[in-house]
Amino acid sequence: MKLDDDDFTLFGLAPRFALDRPELDAQWRRLQSQVHPDRFAADGAASQRLAMQWAVRVNEAYQRLKDPLKRAAYLCELRGVAIDAENNTAMPGDFLQQQMAWREALDDAVDLPAVEALDADVRVHEKQLFDTLAATLDERNDAAAAARQVRALMFVARFRQDVARRLEALEPLH
Amino acid sequence: MALLQISEPGQAPDPHQRRVAVGIDLGTTHSLVAAVRHGVAECLPDDQGRVLLPSAVRYLGDGGRAIGHAARDAQAEDPENTLVSVKRFMGRTLADVAGHGRLPYRFVDRPGMLAIATREGDKSPVEVSAEILATLRQRAEDTFADDLFGAVITVPAYFDDAQRQATKDAAHLAGLNVLRLINEPTAAAVAYGLDNASEGLYAVYDLGGGTFDISLLRLTRGVFEVVATGGDAALGGDDIDHAVADWAAREAGRDVVSPRDKRALLVAARAAKEALTAADRTSVRADLDGRPLQVELTRAQLDRLAKPLVDRTLAAVRKALRDADVGRQDVQGVVMVGGSTRMPGVRAAVSEFFGRDVLTNVNPDEVVAIGAAIQANALAGNGRDGELLLLDVIPLSLGLETMGGLVERIVERNSTIPVAKAQDFTTFKDGQTAMALHVVQGERELVAECRSLARFELRGIPPMVAGAARIRVTFQVDADGLLSVSAREQVSGVEAAIVVKPSYGLGDDQIATMLKDGFANAEIDMAARSLREAHVEAERMLLATRAALAADGRLLQDEPRAAIDALMLALEQANRGDDTAAIETATKALADGTEHFAALRMNQGIRQALAGKRLEEV
Repeated sequence: MKLDDDDFTLFGLAPRFALDRPELDAQWRRLQSQVHPDRFAADGAASQRLAMQWAVRVNEAYQRLKDPLKRAAYLCELRGVAIDAENNTAMPGDFLQQQMAWREALDDAVDLPAVEALDADVRVHEKQLFDTLAATLDERNDAAAAARQVRALMFVARFRQDVARRLEALEPLH
Repeated sequence: MALLQISEPGQAPDPHQRRVAVGIDLGTTHSLVAAVRHGVAECLPDDQGRVLLPSAVRYLGDGGRAIGHAARDAQAEDPENTLVSVKRFMGRTLADVAGHGRLPYRFVDRPGMLAIATREGDKSPVEVSAEILATLRQRAEDTFADDLFGAVITVPAYFDDAQRQATKDAAHLAGLNVLRLINEPTAAAVAYGLDNASEGLYAVYDLGGGTFDISLLRLTRGVFEVVATGGDAALGGDDIDHAVADWAAREAGRDVVSPRDKRALLVAARAAKEALTAADRTSVRADLDGRPLQVELTRAQLDRLAKPLVDRTLAAVRKALRDADVGRQDVQGVVMVGGSTRMPGVRAAVSEFFGRDVLTNVNPDEVVAIGAAIQANALAGNGRDGELLLLDVIPLSLGLETMGGLVERIVERNSTIPVAKAQDFTTFKDGQTAMALHVVQGERELVAECRSLARFELRGIPPMVAGAARIRVTFQVDADGLLSVSAREQVSGVEAAIVVKPSYGLGDDQIATMLKDGFANAEIDMAARSLREAHVEAERMLLATRAALAADGRLLQDEPRAAIDALMLALEQANRGDDTAAIETATKALADGTEHFAALRMNQGIRQALAGKRLEEV
């Protein structure tokens, strides 16, 4: 086991998009139980330094694996296709139209129920996009197409952050 | 060659070497020390049977100090020289402390951290806290008639980097080996979780004298995973005392001016608040400026006065639930911690919010220290293997200032620690050879609204066109929640690197000066102290290596094994003498010489974790 093994190898998982979240969580806890610096608090400096490196590495891999978007991007990169979102901003026309419609809906939504309804709509769309992405990666094994889908989902994620901010601002104290 | 000790299977390498490790709750109003004795974690009492040590230090003027009860009782009589609630000032500048004008102290504004002028000179909150910690350390050493191996010290989950660093500095100053800083709510959860063998999602609502924390934890087979934390590092029961005192002064139509009167009215307000835990009505009574003040106070009125503060806590709870992406109905239990949760109005408001009764069966004053003691015992290697693991998070995002005074977040809040994140930046101008880096902490977009942690410069960047340089900045947060930052230019092959520790903490030289200035309890001879510390460190290193060899010595081939044995022998010999430098050198040699062995052990652990998974699957 090496620090530069890929995340899936480190967690003993198959390099697929679909994963069993409870199993991932359990594996993370199992690995941290072995490498966390607390396990070496009574040991020498060398052990503590190593434990720190490993615990950081395990947390890094866990953060990437448990987030579907990061996991998908990572799989594309493992299969030789960089996401490179900054230089690849071209999106299909219907997707852009959808985005613009959402943005307008968010601007027009004045009260909590309106923003919540938009939030629900976006979630449904996001779920569909993830289902397509799962098939692209795990069944069709088409990393280039998957990278395009990941870039689209990054737009959706950014929009959901804006929606979340609005929800936070509108939520009453009680 | 020295004979190596081999222990019986399942036993500690040397049962006589059971290490005394304590948990310390360094609180705003009270502090406690607890330890595991005879398998049970309990708070250690002083010689009069009291477990609570008021967090109060009075400077007497003759070089002496009164610490604890005597100091607290003198605060109305000698307010300027009797320092209480200094936890609120840890790692803070004067500008950070809201309402400092109401306090009876003569503050000294200093960069990084304020100080308070007393009749014995300016005192840093770190020094005052160290007095309290040293008193508790003494209590523990008297109890066990032994030196301490180390301590776990608790801090509010919402403490930022400056406040954590200040707490660690205070512990060093008090001569404590800090095994770990842990968050108070996490400690409380440990005390509860191990008692009740619970599984699932728990909320810890911790309203102390000066701080409020909310933490959400998931408990799974001895692993305590913090999923979100939030709160307010400047909100607590003291604020309710102030609200009651201000209200009482208004009701009575009195102006309260002198430090002594301010303090007397606060003490009276606090007493009235506490009386209303059991009674429905009481009165606020104080002698101000020679004239008595008396105002009737009902529990309903107290609840009205406290409501804005309680509402602020519930807003923080909502935010934490959102961060964790869970609803309030997902929470299976709500643990109440901190003296202020004794207020019936607070309990009722929290119960109503979560729609369930709150848990109060462990003494809210003691629960944090008890949890810290359990963790200290585990960290010292006394506990059974794998019975307890805390996976905590950082409370506030960390980032860098970029063009236009904006913040680029590098590590998001609620990331599990330890964590390291790197991000690449580039130059703004052609031929730029230096870059100023400003490290900030907070959730806001603008630098001006975040807390500034440290500034440093990276110099020696080779001249290039704007945007060509690649400066990788790495943030690393260790298991204590403390940050270090490094930066390095990597395009040209020319490396320039710098590592900073945030600058608000005390430098080693400042600590040394403070140590020389001495403490209430002991005249400390610096040389003797260094020697003793070297002995303890050598002993610790030898013990750790013996334990590691007993457990996993078979991973080593003959040659590396012999090398480690030789290093141990050399250290044992040095440690019998009194040459501090020689002991330190031999300790370091053993530490360096066991690095490869440590790597082998780590690897084995990870393999076992993966194998364990496969076994469970079968």
